[in-house]
Amino acid sequence: MTRSKLLPAVFLAGVIALLCALPGGKLQAQSPREIAITAKRFEFAPNEITLKKGETVKLVLTSQDVVHGFYLKPLKIDEIIEHGHPTEVTVTPQVAGRFSTICDHFCGANHGNMKMTIVVTE
Amino acid sequence: MKHIDRRSFLRLSGLSIGIGTLYSVLPQRLSGTMAEAAGYLGKQNGESVTPFSFVQLSDAHVGFNGPPDPLGTAAFERAVEMINGLPTSPELVLFTGDLTHDTEDKDQHAARMRKFKEIAGRLHAGKVVYVPGEHDAGLDAGVLYREHFGESHYSFDHRGVHFIALDNVSRAKPEVGPEQIAWLKQDLARFSKSAPIVVFTHRPVFDLKPEWEWFTSDGDDVMNVLAPYEHVTVLYGHIHRDDEHHIGNTGHYGARSLIFAFPDPEQVAGKKPMPFDKEHPFRNLGVRFVDEKPGAAPTVREVELTLREYSGVNGVQQLLKEPELLKGAF
Repeated sequence: MTRSKLLPAVFLAGVIALLCALPGGKLQAQSPREIAITAKRFEFAPNEITLKKGETVKLVLTSQDVVHGFYLKPLKIDEIIEHGHPTEVTVTPQVAGRFSTICDHFCGANHGNMKMTIVVTE
Repeated sequence: MKHIDRRSFLRLSGLSIGIGTLYSVLPQRLSGTMAEAAGYLGKQNGESVTPFSFVQLSDAHVGFNGPPDPLGTAAFERAVEMINGLPTSPELVLFTGDLTHDTEDKDQHAARMRKFKEIAGRLHAGKVVYVPGEHDAGLDAGVLYREHFGESHYSFDHRGVHFIALDNVSRAKPEVGPEQIAWLKQDLARFSKSAPIVVFTHRPVFDLKPEWEWFTSDGDDVMNVLAPYEHVTVLYGHIHRDDEHHIGNTGHYGARSLIFAFPDPEQVAGKKPMPFDKEHPFRNLGVRFVDEKPGAAPTVREVELTLREYSGVNGVQQLLKEPELLKGAF
């Protein structure tokens, strides 16, 4: 590599290192917090999670049996959870409160009571 | 000739009789004679509106036998008896979904559908039509339902009123879907904006209580198609209780069920059926009678519930006579 090509590469690597460096010198993880949620007839587990307003989190949704839904209009969540295919949804809640999240994909006789709570704190 | 106010010359009035809802379709006298009104619509639609009555029944859940109602099909069968006891048979009976309770056993579900048809087949009515609920069609995309009851969305005209059956359950999610919305646009294209339209479906097409799944996710798209029309009524089931909302030009009416009732979601924290009362087995599925004689004020006789006149229209017709109800049956 000639000197004229090497210098820009070194400069770029330095910029990347600066962007990734923490005050303590360790690399900071950029990915959001992950929360696993399992769906099965006719419940979600856990049945309550707590998020912070403005915090970006990744919900990893899996089904243990049939197709389920995951619907929460105030947080603009409307997902399908297929058995064997985890669904990931990234959310950054902008409003605090307690929100009832429902399965909105009909899954059987007690489908109407399949729900969990997402709490968003200030 | 008097000027006819298009917004008021035709209204849908209904009497909730607990077993369902008995509607009368008639022009209002305030804005012209019936003949004038009928003639007006005749010009608009090609068919004259003439007075008639129909009944809405909902949520029979045939096959359900649980703590909220251990009586199975008793209320449904009683409803059929009541309708058959009317002095004038209704020209239409609309079933707004959850005819049966779901089961993964296809043969058992088919048996429940046959049982439903056997009971509904006793009705003395000119025409009986259906839409599915999620308990009929949610597990198999409506395959079994269509085998037993035919198409899940369609339309027809009756005495100058356009009826539209909308399916918001067969996609498993609470939605109508883009294909059916495109069909709806096409179906309505031939009508003038003043045409009287009755939509019957299972779920509410507005956000009544989304946390209880009392909504249709693309309901706004449906209502945008209907918004230009001045006389739209939406009849639905699913919520197992009376409800009435007016949004824009449209009146939305929820019906009681024939199996158990849900409480007012604004009054309770959770979605639980109201408990069965063995002393009053049809409570909240109850019965309302109205006697109306020409030249006299209506007389209301409550067996379980109270009268509600949806629109307060003059001329709510008394079509009920007291059947042998609640006499030693329980």
